[in-house]
Amino acid sequence: MQLNEHVIEVTDLRRVYGGGFEAVRGVSFSARRGEVFALLGTNGAGKTSTVELLEGLAVPSGGQVRIFGRDPYTERAAVRPRTGVMLQEGGFPSDLTVRETARMWAGSVSGARPPQEVLPLVGLAGKDDVRVKQLSGGERRRLDLALALLGDPEVLFLDEPTTGLDAEGRRDTWRLVRALRDNGTTVLLTTHYLEEAESLADRLAIMHKGRIAATGTPAEVTAAQPSRITFELPTGYFPGDLPPLDELGVTGHELDGRTVRLHTRELQRAATRLLVWAERTGVELKGLDVRSASLEEAFLGIAREASAHDLPEQGKNTTTGKEYAA
Amino acid sequence: MSETAGAAPTADKTDTNRTTDTTDTTEAPAAGAAGAGSGRNTAASTPAGRMRALARAELTLLGRSRGTLFAALFVPLVLPLSLYSAADKMDLDEVGLSLGAVILPGAIGFSLLFAVYSSLVGVFVTRREELVLKRLRTGELRDVEILCGASLPSLATGLVQSLLLAAGCALLLDVAAPEAVHLSVLGLLLGLVLCAALAAVTAGFTRTTESAQVTAMPVLMVSMLGSGMMVPLEVLPDRLASFCELLPLTPAMTLLRGGFTGNLSGSETLFAVAAGVAWVLLAAFAVRRWFRWEPRR
Repeated sequence: MQLNEHVIEVTDLRRVYGGGFEAVRGVSFSARRGEVFALLGTNGAGKTSTVELLEGLAVPSGGQVRIFGRDPYTERAAVRPRTGVMLQEGGFPSDLTVRETARMWAGSVSGARPPQEVLPLVGLAGKDDVRVKQLSGGERRRLDLALALLGDPEVLFLDEPTTGLDAEGRRDTWRLVRALRDNGTTVLLTTHYLEEAESLADRLAIMHKGRIAATGTPAEVTAAQPSRITFELPTGYFPGDLPPLDELGVTGHELDGRTVRLHTRELQRAATRLLVWAERTGVELKGLDVRSASLEEAFLGIAREASAHDLPEQGKNTTTGKEYAA
Repeated sequence: MSETAGAAPTADKTDTNRTTDTTDTTEAPAAGAAGAGSGRNTAASTPAGRMRALARAELTLLGRSRGTLFAALFVPLVLPLSLYSAADKMDLDEVGLSLGAVILPGAIGFSLLFAVYSSLVGVFVTRREELVLKRLRTGELRDVEILCGASLPSLATGLVQSLLLAAGCALLLDVAAPEAVHLSVLGLLLGLVLCAALAAVTAGFTRTTESAQVTAMPVLMVSMLGSGMMVPLEVLPDRLASFCELLPLTPAMTLLRGGFTGNLSGSETLFAVAAGVAWVLLAAFAVRRWFRWEPRR
């Protein structure tokens, strides 16, 4: 089994719900063995709808899913012993204890690790006799994760694994996911935490309204986005008083009240010239914030671009030249 | 079995590195024997093993659900007493039925309805609304295994209760031993399977655990009144009786009662078995068609 093998392959995937709502509109991506792939998106972007098709819970309305080269829905029996799944929420009888729940799962999993070995990994040691309904939301997520790991899956699907966890629990989960990845597990996770995707994912796809808006390594996706300079327009000054934006290397700008936001791919040049101008003019740029492109910028940029695309009235956020002059 | 055998050998997982998360001492002692492997248990799960694990969990849950437990255990044991006074007033000699041949099958019928049917409607709906069914479907359990495994504790309750009722009636009412035990057994089995399947169908049309009380009523009422549980079909007008023979639980009741009286003709037996099997098949089809694995959103 070669290391570069694509264990997850998704081609032109579509999912249309009963009411006619098209939640997934032609999504394609793949993940290699030992890779962490993140599906990033706002609520309603189609992440969970996509992951459920990968898990084999529903039949795609179009396109194809292959896990280990097999169809996870029709070849369920061949695929399931090699995958682990953590759903977005719930899934355990509230009146069972942690131990009883784990025992039930262990009994249904091929090659199950003993629950008492896995529960401590997620920080649930000593909770054996606690009923599921008495666990906190975060503890329930961790129980879910533990059970997804019981069968030592080759592919692990995690749907928002850290939602509801505190900062420490989140770090613990990240550490666990990295350890699994290092041992050759392929992890497909969805998240709406940008930090999580940035820190965990080898590759990611940003979903928006059922489509993939950008994909690549976090660095690639980020690099495609401009850096940003934000500051407050000094009192008595107008946008027209700033140095010509072309010379600054600025590719786009926004004006929000008195706050100016400049986008640039040449951050050093733009920042230097802006500061030199401020020095010469003798003004203070309040709230000055200079930052290179981050995944967050990329994410917001994509969401903005995509919705501007959808709306007939354009230029909702990015002001054009004439507005600038006004 | 065959589907687990078809799975790729688990040995090609990168076992050797898997133990880094845990200390070596927590690994199974079989590590040495497994050579390069981590000593992880690599046995494939079997349908029987998976259903046993699920049934065990459901049995625990049944023990913790007081309402269900009360209805399942108490009602079938108390209702026969009310039957007793009603049956006493019927003109049973004319139709050739003994008191025991009316009360015992009726009591077993109540057990099927309350310990199996209505409690399983609640189980299926509750598990679906808790997203347990959805979560189970992400694992190795097949759909039919989930339904069977979850049904087992209630089916066992119904079975044990029926045997206890039979023993109790034999002692207290002086019921004669069944004339044709095999018919009673067949009737009981048909009744158990059909009640579980009907419960799954009903669950498909039930939105919440609370509304299960209402959606289960039609089957409960129709069966109690029309399937020969409270009133033997023999004492009903002919036309009504022949319609009632087509109700879902009537075949099971006919066979149960026929086993005790021994006066079921060959063609009557054949019709009851055929009708019973037809209902089971119909219910199985309805489950496939209408059972819901996730809450409506």
